[in-house]
Amino acid sequence: MRSRFGSPVLDASARLLAPFMWLFAAYVMVHGHDSPGGGFQAGVILAASIVMLRLVRGGGTGSGLSSRGALTLACAGPLLFGGIGIGSLFSGGNFLDYGALPLPMDPVQVRVIGTLGIEAGVMLGVTGVLVLIFDVLASWDDGTV
Amino acid sequence: MIDTLGPLFLLLMVVCAVAALSVKELLSAVTIFGAFSFFSAAFFVVQDALDVAFTEAAVGAVITTVFFVCAIKRTTGRSV
Repeated sequence: MRSRFGSPVLDASARLLAPFMWLFAAYVMVHGHDSPGGGFQAGVILAASIVMLRLVRGGGTGSGLSSRGALTLACAGPLLFGGIGIGSLFSGGNFLDYGALPLPMDPVQVRVIGTLGIEAGVMLGVTGVLVLIFDVLASWDDGTV
Repeated sequence: MIDTLGPLFLLLMVVCAVAALSVKELLSAVTIFGAFSFFSAAFFVVQDALDVAFTEAAVGAVITTVFFVCAIKRTTGRSV
């Protein structure tokens, strides 16, 4: 697993495919509430693109996300989710009651922003955890994360 | 047309499951299990459960297969 696959065709096609997978993940996340998809699916697609880059180009810097970065993402996602939930709790609403968030906007817009933030938190968390599982299984860094 | 696709995908799922259990090589079993996930996702599409099909295609056919292959690479000894 440590050695690169070494084929220019694989390398070029992975390079070409990755940006479109990221764009598709962003589309799935943003359109999650009126079409199939959502934060979890977007996170899985993002993780699949990073795992593909790791398989083709080797671990570490080649895939744009280190193991440490994946750990940061896996912690930042639940932090964002819980931050929005507890933030609305402390500004007078219920847990995850986005309308209560103290933002200078329409309550409807605040709800949309809150839903988007929740989805982004789920996406970051899922991406980080899946990439971490792959890193631990493939042990790019000798098993240490 | 659509009515016959559902039972067809179910039959293919059963065939893939039996094949994945009966084949001796672990890597072949994982590959056939990926095919099982694909047919399962196709069956969910026929049943109008697009959200479930999306998740099954992304998680079952891609991520799980990669994880299983990595797990097989970490095993030692013969897999027969």
